[in-house]
Amino acid sequence: MIREFGTSELWFVVSSARWTLALTLIALGLGGVLGFVIALARVSRLAPLRWLAAGWIGLVQGVPVLMLLFLSYYGLSLAGLDLPPLVAAGISLSFYASGFLGEIWRGCIQSVPWQQWEASAALALSRAQQYRYVVLPQAVRIAVPPTVGFIVQLVKNTSIVSIIGVVELARAGHLVNNATFQPMRVFCVVALVYFCICWPISLAARWLERRMHVGRAG
Amino acid sequence: MAFEFQFQPVLAQSEVLLDGLYLTLELAGTGIVLGGLLGTLLAVLRGVMPALRWPIGVYVEVVRNTPFLVQLFIVYLGLPEAGVRMSAEQAAVLTMTLNLGAYATEIVRAGLDSVHKSQIEAGLSLALTRWQVFRHVVLGPALARVWPSLSSQFVLMLLSSSVFSFISVQELSGAASNVEQDTFRSFETYIVITVLYLAMAMALRVILALLGRVMFAAPVRAR
Repeated sequence: MIREFGTSELWFVVSSARWTLALTLIALGLGGVLGFVIALARVSRLAPLRWLAAGWIGLVQGVPVLMLLFLSYYGLSLAGLDLPPLVAAGISLSFYASGFLGEIWRGCIQSVPWQQWEASAALALSRAQQYRYVVLPQAVRIAVPPTVGFIVQLVKNTSIVSIIGVVELARAGHLVNNATFQPMRVFCVVALVYFCICWPISLAARWLERRMHVGRAG
Repeated sequence: MAFEFQFQPVLAQSEVLLDGLYLTLELAGTGIVLGGLLGTLLAVLRGVMPALRWPIGVYVEVVRNTPFLVQLFIVYLGLPEAGVRMSAEQAAVLTMTLNLGAYATEIVRAGLDSVHKSQIEAGLSLALTRWQVFRHVVLGPALARVWPSLSSQFVLMLLSSSVFSFISVQELSGAASNVEQDTFRSFETYIVITVLYLAMAMALRVILALLGRVMFAAPVRAR
């Protein structure tokens, strides 16, 4: 029986956005922690750490999200971990986020003027104290706009995990389309829901960026 | 039980994989050229025809704030409902062009904005025609300035082409799922494919950097 695209179908699609948001938050949380470690490693004084971090960033930015997904999905199951698709999806999106956030934040850390390092070293702060009290507080300010901008990419790329059966927005759209055969209507609704999530974030990123430039000029 | 890597069955299918690789390059190459041209055209139109500023802005925002995958579904599954039929490959190239076009519009616009008014005045005062000023003073330097951003967008686009396997296009990741089903060596298959994508992305970065150096070499060299 072919169903119409009615209220219950619409609700199914809209409510599945919660998994899109959940995946985004997981990837942002885990990927953020990992990305922070990578950013610090990338500017470390130990060359091997820098190479390792650069290699990770090059790998993540050089392969499709789809491949990160398959590699973590099959790789984790070979490692003996029988994970539900949602977890595998969360992990692969975290890897993806870590590669991009690590590179964004590396730039932010390095854009703190080197005199700040010298001044704090002259005050006999340890390396950890320099990061904690001098460099990171300034780097965080610079990092906010590009990080918010990256969240939009993250939300959009969660659609790719629909292939391993996580019923987030894109997958929900596919299921409803299979039942109703009204692809134009269904996927335009799906696109609209994504747009309603992403557009405000894009606007926020742009606003933050403008505000920061004003702040710096003054 | 320890897992033993077996790459032979996967590599035995290298012909399938190479066909996929070739199709990926073909689709991505076409999409990148068309999308780049579309973006440049729209960025210029937006500048010279204020009436088009709003519709182009809507197009850019809609594309940049929705997933590539959903755009692909709308083009491939949705458009036939409206009477527009096309093969999966055509849908892939069309979606890629529209998607990249939006990003490129935004990037090229930033480049055009960065050309100072005094440059144009200087060009006109040297009795260059309006076309010459546009070509050599505005567009050339603008593109040269944003070429690195355009290049990274092109590379992202090449990688995004992997989602074409969702609509059964037999490009590299589509070929990969065939090989995977034939050999049952999923992990090895995707390791091989990942290496191929990595190599393609690196090669494209190098090629684009060289291309930029050739295309945007200073027009007048000191002799």
